[in-house]
Amino acid sequence: MIKTHRNQPLWYAYILHRVSGIALALFLPAHFYILSLALNEPESLDSMLHWAEQPIVKFAEFGLVFLLAVHLFGGLRLLALEFLPWKPGQKTFAAVAVAIAFFVALAFLLRAI
Amino acid sequence: MANKGKTIKVLLSRGDNSNSALKEYEVPAKESQTVLDVVTWIQRNLEPDLSYRFACRVGMCGSCAMTVNGKPRWTCRTHVSKVMDGDTITIEPLRNMPIIKDLACDLNEFFEKWTKAKGHFVPTKTRDDSVQIISPKEKSRREANAGIECINCGVCYASCDVVENDASYLGPAALNRAWTLVNDVRDGGRIERLKAVTGDGGCQSCHSQQGCTTYCPNTLNPTRSIAGLKKAAAIATLKGEM
Ligand code: SF4
Ligand code: SF4
Ligand code: FES
Repeated sequence: MIKTHRNQPLWYAYILHRVSGIALALFLPAHFYILSLALNEPESLDSMLHWAEQPIVKFAEFGLVFLLAVHLFGGLRLLALEFLPWKPGQKTFAAVAVAIAFFVALAFLLRAI
Repeated sequence: MANKGKTIKVLLSRGDNSNSALKEYEVPAKESQTVLDVVTWIQRNLEPDLSYRFACRVGMCGSCAMTVNGKPRWTCRTHVSKVMDGDTITIEPLRNMPIIKDLACDLNEFFEKWTKAKGHFVPTKTRDDSVQIISPKEKSRREANAGIECINCGVCYASCDVVENDASYLGPAALNRAWTLVNDVRDGGRIERLKAVTGDGGCQSCHSQQGCTTYCPNTLNPTRSIAGLKKAAAIATLKGEM
């Protein structure tokens, strides 16, 4: 397999930012819908919360927190790139953003279990 | 000689836009052989009608860029030994440009975008004025100097996914050129130029993937230049200048 021009760390950072953005956009309507159950159908919300106690769902939440954090820190990286004086070491910044996101999500998972 | 009798397998793209395919050749391996040497050997010895471009062979003219094993490169200064994939080397025309024939691309659009980005100097003085003294230490001059060594090779343009997906996008090279002029204190076209590089196809379309910066053979940083344009355009808009 030939590796194309896309095979460089900052391209992967870019695709991660896009995919996490799309995934969050898809998730948020569902999230708000379930929150709205608290007002209209408290029983459904309770059963929903019960369902969310399952390990697999907890793990999915870890993924969700990771996506949120990686989009947040990746976004801050891009804002800094565009509006602060240029700094060398862009690949390091991208790696740090992913690392922080991972630890945030891990901390969430450890608290949840 | 370690290379005596050794050969390399070369897959070379033949044909034009409507019909191109990789064809296999066997080329004698030489020491310090460049990708351009390989292409030239094939043309001189096997395929007299092979089309490709070069002029200076020393990384000055920017005419020899091709896709080598999937990545855009200046072929005259790319050593075969550095880019070899096993015993094979695949040589194709640059991406994001129409193919005229074989390895020669049509760069018209690439250069038209330089014009669209107002990549020309707008003088503010006449020949009767004295020469303006500019210190190389000034911040604006340093910004401009960082981007002026562009050889128009199109490598950045070929490595940009935004160019691929948005036909109107001006691309890294043209925007980098605009940025050097925005920083030129002698230039009188600043606001017009910022307008030209804002909006549809302008600097804000860049996603900062930095493929351009990764592959620019002259180690320029178009991403940084484009970030500079985004900031300058935002400030000029807030000030009501454009
Ligand atoms: S940084 Fe911008 S101009 Fe450069 S390759 Fe990425 S999208 Fe294209
Ligand atoms: S910016 Fe670099 S890659 Fe792009 S055309 Fe100029 S020299 Fe080539
Ligand atoms: S032939 Fe001039 S840059 Fe390669």
